[in-house]
Amino acid sequence: MAGHHKKMKYQFKTSADLLKLAAKYKMPISEIAINYEIETFKKNRKEIIEKMARNLMIMREAVKKGVNTNKKSFTGMSGGNAKKMYQFYESRKQKLLNKTALVAMSYAMATGEMNAAMGRIVAFPTAGGAGTVPAGILSVAEGLRLSDNKIFAGLFTASAIGMIIAENATLAGAEGGCQAEVGSSAAMAAAGITEMRGGNSAQCLNAAALALKNMLGLTCDPLGGLVEVPCIKRNAVGVITAISASEMAMAGIETFVPFDEIVKAMKNIGNLMAAELKETALGGLAITPTGCKIRKKIGLPPIKSL
Amino acid sequence: MAYSLFDIAGPIMIGPSSSHTAGAVKIGQFSRAIFDKTPSKITFYMHGSFANVTAGHATDKALLAGIMKLKTSDPNIKNAFKLAHQQHIKYEFKKTDLGPSYHPNTVKVVLEAQGKKKMEIIGSSIGGGSAKICKINDFDVDIKAVAGKYKYLVISHGNDTAVLSDVMKHITNFGKFRIAGIQSTHINDHMLTVMNLEGRDLYLYEVLELEKIHGIEFVRSLTRLEH
Ligand code: SF4
Repeated sequence: MAGHHKKMKYQFKTSADLLKLAAKYKMPISEIAINYEIETFKKNRKEIIEKMARNLMIMREAVKKGVNTNKKSFTGMSGGNAKKMYQFYESRKQKLLNKTALVAMSYAMATGEMNAAMGRIVAFPTAGGAGTVPAGILSVAEGLRLSDNKIFAGLFTASAIGMIIAENATLAGAEGGCQAEVGSSAAMAAAGITEMRGGNSAQCLNAAALALKNMLGLTCDPLGGLVEVPCIKRNAVGVITAISASEMAMAGIETFVPFDEIVKAMKNIGNLMAAELKETALGGLAITPTGCKIRKKIGLPPIKSL
Repeated sequence: MAYSLFDIAGPIMIGPSSSHTAGAVKIGQFSRAIFDKTPSKITFYMHGSFANVTAGHATDKALLAGIMKLKTSDPNIKNAFKLAHQQHIKYEFKKTDLGPSYHPNTVKVVLEAQGKKKMEIIGSSIGGGSAKICKINDFDVDIKAVAGKYKYLVISHGNDTAVLSDVMKHITNFGKFRIAGIQSTHINDHMLTVMNLEGRDLYLYEVLELEKIHGIEFVRSLTRLEH
């Protein structure tokens, strides 16, 4: 196995490990993450950046296609809202949020809508939560006019946070509910954004913690069991959670409960959550009268509605 | 097994769901490789969440696409039914309950072809686009395929693992590869081994060279699992 000869220097399984490494090597989280990948998988830096660059290309493609189309999904439940949101941002109508936030919402739905219409996306970390991270990172890069290098930093930092969650809890809605999918992606995006805008490692983790804490308990109860409703719009609000958490962290606000403990809480909540609320489409929104109509439409066996 | 950053950032996939699309494509790819022939008829017995939410998640198309060797990022997945028709592959989806010991996203794939013994393979999509083969015919196995991590070699050989050292020697001669894991399982009177490789894709002539090794029945390279 890897690491027989040299002692591994950049291994982390928790956010506490990550913070220690960042302090020890005086590096941002993204650099620790890249070094982790280099030493664990014997890859060189160029290969790793190239692989992320391919992901970035696909993310941009999905976002761009998504904001420009009215194409509906096979069920007709989704499609066209990313475009609506983008047009609203471009309009002269009164708005409360700034450009970055509005564009982020549009991008988040764009990826989700492309996914629902069987388009190509990056599952980051899963298909259901795939809108949040690219939306946050691309919109912040546009809003603050940041380079692609900063974007890579954001993506690597987000991945590192995702890895810690995967290691200590789960990223699957079927196991942990939506807190594990959109919740995790909000935490990942929050950390990524925070690093991109110049936050330090502790601020990145505070942002991730504040975002994840706010998503705890979120169930996975999609209509017809499809990754459309509430998933797509949930990513739009998820990225706003990420942006707000980043603002709080930059304001110097700290999480009272450390990130690693929040991840443990998420796992515990996931275990306590009824199976009906974990991707089976047997509870919550999925069994509302509207949800039952969708069941019927796609040929699922009828169940009693709320 | 250590996580890679790209287990989180990826895989690149065709929607709508990593468990139901990407993972299902992988189960299809594995089934086809283990069966070692284009099946003429396939019956998919869908269990748990696979049974409940198949159509809208396109799990059915994804499984079939995998059997036809499509990549998880192939935009043609949505045309899988049409492609199967063109290739004269008959398919059927049935609901089943395999029991509580199986993951909610599980399918039993029954493959048939002229002049070949029918084969039953049970596979689960375990989240994030990763898949696991749990049973081949009557034999419990545990073969995992993590998205974007390795190239997989599926090797069918006689009832002994000595021949594998020959295989490894050849692979080392081909160039810079790292063998990251080997899992072997007995099936009737022969064995099935899955090797996880790191490195480039194997060329077809290299696979054919491996097949010439005495004691090897067939070798299938699932290089397409990557995306
Ligand atoms: S509701 Fe379920 S399927 Fe939808 S994004 Fe959340 S976890 Fe994924």
